[in-house]
Amino acid sequence: MSRYELRFSGAGGQGLITAGIIMAKAASIYEGKQAVQSQSYGPEARGGASKSEVIISDEMIDYPKATKVDALLAMTQVACDKYSHDLKEGGILLLDSDLVKEIPKGNFKLISFPIINTAKNDVGREIVANIVALGAMVALTGQVSRENAEKAVLSSVPEAFIELNRKAFSIGFERAMAASI
Amino acid sequence: MAFDYEKWIRPGKLPHIWCPGCGHGIIMKGMIRAMESLKLKKENTVIVSGIGCASRLPGYIDCCTLHTAHGRAAAFATGVKLAKPEMDVIIVGGDGDGTAIGGNHFIHACRRNINLTYIIMNNNIYGMTGGQFSPCTPTGALASTTPYGNPDPGFDVAKLAIGAGATFVARGTSFHANQIDKLIAEAIQHKGFSVVEILDDCPTTYGRRNKFKSVIEMMNRLKDIAVPVKAAEKMTAEQLKGKVLTGVLYKDDTKPEYTVEYDKVIERAKAAK
Amino acid sequence: MSKKVAFLQGNEAATYGALYAGCTFFAGYPITPSTEVAEIMSIELPKIGGKFIQMEDEIGAMAAILGASLTGAKVLDSTSGPGFSLKQELIGMGCISEIPCVVYNVMRGGPSTGMPTGPSQSDVMCAKWGTHGDHPAICLVPSTVQELFEEMVRAFNLSEKYRTPVFIMPDEIVAHMRERVVFPEPGEIPLIERTTPTVSPADYKPYDTSFGDVPPLAAFGSGYKFHVTSLNKAQDGFPTTKAELVQAEEERQVRKVEGNADDIIEFEEYQLDDAEVVVIAYGSTARSARYAVNVAREQGIKAGMFRLKTFWPFPYKQITAMAGKVKGFITPEMNLGMCFGEVERAAQGKVPVIGIFRVDGEPINPDQILDKIKGVK
Repeated sequence: MSRYELRFSGAGGQGLITAGIIMAKAASIYEGKQAVQSQSYGPEARGGASKSEVIISDEMIDYPKATKVDALLAMTQVACDKYSHDLKEGGILLLDSDLVKEIPKGNFKLISFPIINTAKNDVGREIVANIVALGAMVALTGQVSRENAEKAVLSSVPEAFIELNRKAFSIGFERAMAASI
Repeated sequence: MAFDYEKWIRPGKLPHIWCPGCGHGIIMKGMIRAMESLKLKKENTVIVSGIGCASRLPGYIDCCTLHTAHGRAAAFATGVKLAKPEMDVIIVGGDGDGTAIGGNHFIHACRRNINLTYIIMNNNIYGMTGGQFSPCTPTGALASTTPYGNPDPGFDVAKLAIGAGATFVARGTSFHANQIDKLIAEAIQHKGFSVVEILDDCPTTYGRRNKFKSVIEMMNRLKDIAVPVKAAEKMTAEQLKGKVLTGVLYKDDTKPEYTVEYDKVIERAKAAK
Repeated sequence: MSKKVAFLQGNEAATYGALYAGCTFFAGYPITPSTEVAEIMSIELPKIGGKFIQMEDEIGAMAAILGASLTGAKVLDSTSGPGFSLKQELIGMGCISEIPCVVYNVMRGGPSTGMPTGPSQSDVMCAKWGTHGDHPAICLVPSTVQELFEEMVRAFNLSEKYRTPVFIMPDEIVAHMRERVVFPEPGEIPLIERTTPTVSPADYKPYDTSFGDVPPLAAFGSGYKFHVTSLNKAQDGFPTTKAELVQAEEERQVRKVEGNADDIIEFEEYQLDDAEVVVIAYGSTARSARYAVNVAREQGIKAGMFRLKTFWPFPYKQITAMAGKVKGFITPEMNLGMCFGEVERAAQGKVPVIGIFRVDGEPINPDQILDKIKGVK
């Protein structure tokens, strides 16, 4: 089975549900694969722990939730502690190195860089940290091409923020490529 | 020539269910005179009600009529009016139906200022269920559920309507029969949410318990307590004690009407498309 | 030309399905997890001259759509468990007064406030028995985002065809997940409009059975004057307590749905030809079931799935027919056994029915179902 499972996790308000939606949209609309995105969240609009899951496959996707996660993004320690238990052996673990200090034990492909600070300092706006993370996840997972992912990003953001998001996506993609070599 | 009420009555639907001495019939006649005077088209008029004695009124009138669930008349009427603003929509019902179980819909219809007319027949009691106290039963009065006197303070329906945002509020009584049609006609013509409270009597479940010896005595009470707004201006607070103002109590033609405002929403949405 | 494709959330697809079906009036009250429907309707309906209104409460929203439907509009209200409970009295009025309307109810954890953001399937009995008195019930339970669009269109069609409220009830997972949706072209899915009278206004009766079990319904404002009441009524629309008239009307109201069950009930048969173990599932749970059936087949177990698309009327006939041929039914559901009970009725003791019940806000995962499949001997 070609089923590939991604989980984007962090705190409410970090835009991770959006990041998951864009990843799934890239796979489903631009890459021509099957994709399902789902999420779970608490009552808080900001804070708490939130997760967005994306399943990508060449075949019809039945169960829409993760069973064994292939790639996990954790943007906070709380999310990392809560959502890393079912990461597959050899799976990809992408962390914000400033916010996740206790790294879960296991045989994972660990990639860690200061995602939020990269958004703040290198892109210029902290608010696009989710797109930096998305760029990194696209690079690390290889489930969708860089071009298709970028199309999905640009078609999902308001006109005025296209350049900002393009930059965020690129920097995230490049950072992950550099970090994983 | 005598007024032809039959023109607006559905053939074969009388006699009505109301008790001898009940004022609802007087109000229905006033309402018919109002609709006739405005030359409302039967096919274009919807009368909506909830549950209770007063809410049986639509069944007798020959037009489009909708007898709904307890308290919900204003919300049903809002749906009808918003879907087809060109129709004349009138709500009728009692004090319990409109201000207790339907109180939320009532105040929000007032707030929206949607072009509906709500005729509240206030007989201070739940008549159909056998005389339980309503939010309009006077403090101290006896009802089948206030055997030791009503501890609850009551609503002033007109003040409630004004406070909630209705833009035409009038009050009459079933004793002052000749005034009812004029108040209702003015209410229907008003472009906005209009409330006409008609003080009424329930001899069977209220009068009997509260030491009224006859319907005439109840009618005389309505006659005695009613003071026209104009006359009240010249009266002292002492003189007004125990009295109730009648006539047009409030009118505001400046507040936007809901369906007109929604048409503007449609215009803005189409422009933004 | 290729069809329009979009990556949509379930609630979004359902809303576009309603618009495709010709919905022009929406009333609602904000409630998680269905609020997206109201939000999109507030944007889209005025663009086409339709009407959106946010009412003061759930009951008011139900009242408003019933009122609007009587003017001839196709109407929708969206809600979730607590709101669905509140609407029940007026749903009963929709049934007895025979007013077409669609109620979209996203199933979240309950009872009461329960788990507002957690999924459940625990409203399916409320759809049938929530309002008092005997009445018809049509309830659709889609499994995919594409199906939410299409089933919403079917909900409107059934409502108009049978002149009765129709419920479409995705669980929170289906309502909130996102998948690719291929939009049908206009006209691709046929739309059904309510039958309107052919007789003159003078001869019109709103419940005239000489036209069959589903009498024509005139619109207020179309030249017809008639009475609608929440009381038991005779064919002329006026209240009656005459025993034979009430009995006949009550029976007809139920018969017009139950008697047309074959037209209303839709289901999917997956790997059933040689199946010895049949999972009977609906909504998102059917997706877990399909996964489990596929794994079981890989392991050489003859498993299959009977997927409900229509929960009410319930497909007793189809399940009874299977009961004699298989070794076991498995009913996974996010409640404590609602479909299970109906399947037991249909199984008539011929075959064991094994339930998998979860009410903890978590989906039933495929492994749970696979375990039970393996356990059937």
